[in-house]
Amino acid sequence: MSVLIFIDQADGQIKKAAHEVICYGARIAEMLGTTAEGIVLGTVTDDLAALGKYGVKKIHHVKSEQLNQFDAQVFANVLAQAVAAASAEVVVFSNNVDGKAIAPRLSARLKAGLVAGAIALPDLTTGFIVKKNVFSGKAFANVSLNTTIKIISLNGNSYPVTETSGSSEVVSLNVTVAGAKVKVTSVNKVTGEVPLSEAELVVSGGRGLKGPENWGILEDLAKALGAATACSRPVADAHWRPHHEHVGQTGFAIAPNLYVALGISGAIQHLAGVNRSKVIVVINKDAEAPFFKAADYGIVGDVFEIVPKITAAVKKLKGI
Amino acid sequence: MKILVCISKTPDTTAKIAFTDNNTKFSEQGVQWIINPYDEWYALVRAIELKEKDPSVLVHLITVGGADAEPVIRKALALGGDEAIRVNGGGHDSFYIATQIAEVAKQGAYDLVFAGKETIDYNGASIGGMVAELLDFPFVPLAIKFELNGSGAVITREIEGGEEVCEVALPVVVSCQKGMAEQRIPNMKGIMGARTKPLKVVEAVPVDALTAVVSFELPPAKAGVKMIAADNPEELVRLLHDEAKVI
Repeated sequence: MSVLIFIDQADGQIKKAAHEVICYGARIAEMLGTTAEGIVLGTVTDDLAALGKYGVKKIHHVKSEQLNQFDAQVFANVLAQAVAAASAEVVVFSNNVDGKAIAPRLSARLKAGLVAGAIALPDLTTGFIVKKNVFSGKAFANVSLNTTIKIISLNGNSYPVTETSGSSEVVSLNVTVAGAKVKVTSVNKVTGEVPLSEAELVVSGGRGLKGPENWGILEDLAKALGAATACSRPVADAHWRPHHEHVGQTGFAIAPNLYVALGISGAIQHLAGVNRSKVIVVINKDAEAPFFKAADYGIVGDVFEIVPKITAAVKKLKGI
Repeated sequence: MKILVCISKTPDTTAKIAFTDNNTKFSEQGVQWIINPYDEWYALVRAIELKEKDPSVLVHLITVGGADAEPVIRKALALGGDEAIRVNGGGHDSFYIATQIAEVAKQGAYDLVFAGKETIDYNGASIGGMVAELLDFPFVPLAIKFELNGSGAVITREIEGGEEVCEVALPVVVSCQKGMAEQRIPNMKGIMGARTKPLKVVEAVPVDALTAVVSFELPPAKAGVKMIAADNPEELVRLLHDEAKVI
């Protein structure tokens, strides 16, 4: 019996999101009185044993180079074998791009109930009930998993990452790896920026910034904070900013610790993508902007005057 | 070439979210139902575009639900598509729904199954992957571009911090998001035509749900916004540091 944690890697490095999901899975193992085991697919350069400090006791590593290329079908097949090898009864994923691709496949393959987008530890008092976001962040559902094997896909920024001492045993796992039917022909990654999906702090701009040439003040603030940049739909549609920065109902849904909205009125579609943020700051010249109702802190005023002052204050605070 | 497009009925984005029966049921009172935006704007419209390019392409729509899902599937037919299939079943368990879709896809020998990347109500993002597994088809999630290429497809999909282009032989299941196509509004000809397009009803195959919603909760109300004077933005930084402790 074990809790098996899918430890996601990219280009040989363990993703930051994996630390959160390891802590989460380790806690579930503790609750169930079983062990937390991890599964890593493909070649990695990071020290896997060191992940023990997040609570994982044993890591199964499938070193096959074929797994350096992500493919949902191949990965789900390998994971099904790992579930058997680890006698796992709970499997935990990050609800990120890869998790969203593999977890449903594994669920259908094993006929194992899946909660996608979990935000809390399971409640074991009457069965196995997991809370998840529904209605695009406007409500929660408590979902009961009724199967022997249970799969949970955890939303990012939902569970605290804590480090202790400890080192994990790392074992090679030999499984059958099928050839991928999907062939990747090119990859285009934005480098040198904080990816939006992993960002703890996000600074976002809307039409109130008046044009792409004015994004300098936003970027300066983001840089001072170490934040990722985002934008509203009209901004992406007008091609002021790239589409991968668009957050909202039809763009990306994010849940950072801090979301700073500059010149965004806060249409309900935009809120659907950001309402899981822990703290929301809204700066807008229109005191009637609906976004203020969803905000924790607000300033009514001219972003062009206010933002540089905030940037200066952040720099002063950080001594940069 | 046969394309199956998965259509889900969801409450309108602006619908008031409330629950009844001791917080165990979504309150449908006064709710406007729409086609799940990801199914409509991206999956369905892209399928229609493929048909416009090559009229021999058949586009079939599928929904799993009761008779109350029919107005929404007619609305989808008004945008385009040759016929629709409603699997007469209910519930919100992804595996149950995916099993019904996979069954129809198997019977109809579809080359392509398009689904939206998620629904805006249950946010499971699971149907595409489950259908692919049940059919043993490859699955390309979060597609932002899709082109047919002989007996295969060239698909651009989102990855963390960027995108990748991949090639795959058909059949394949694709989950669709922003970028695949642009939103369309049905015209009068489409709306009139949709009334006479075939809408087949098939009975659901028996399958056990793997999950069940026990109850719903609304998030705690926000404490209310704390306003800071425009001439003192330094105070915001102090509050974020000392009070909210996020920087």
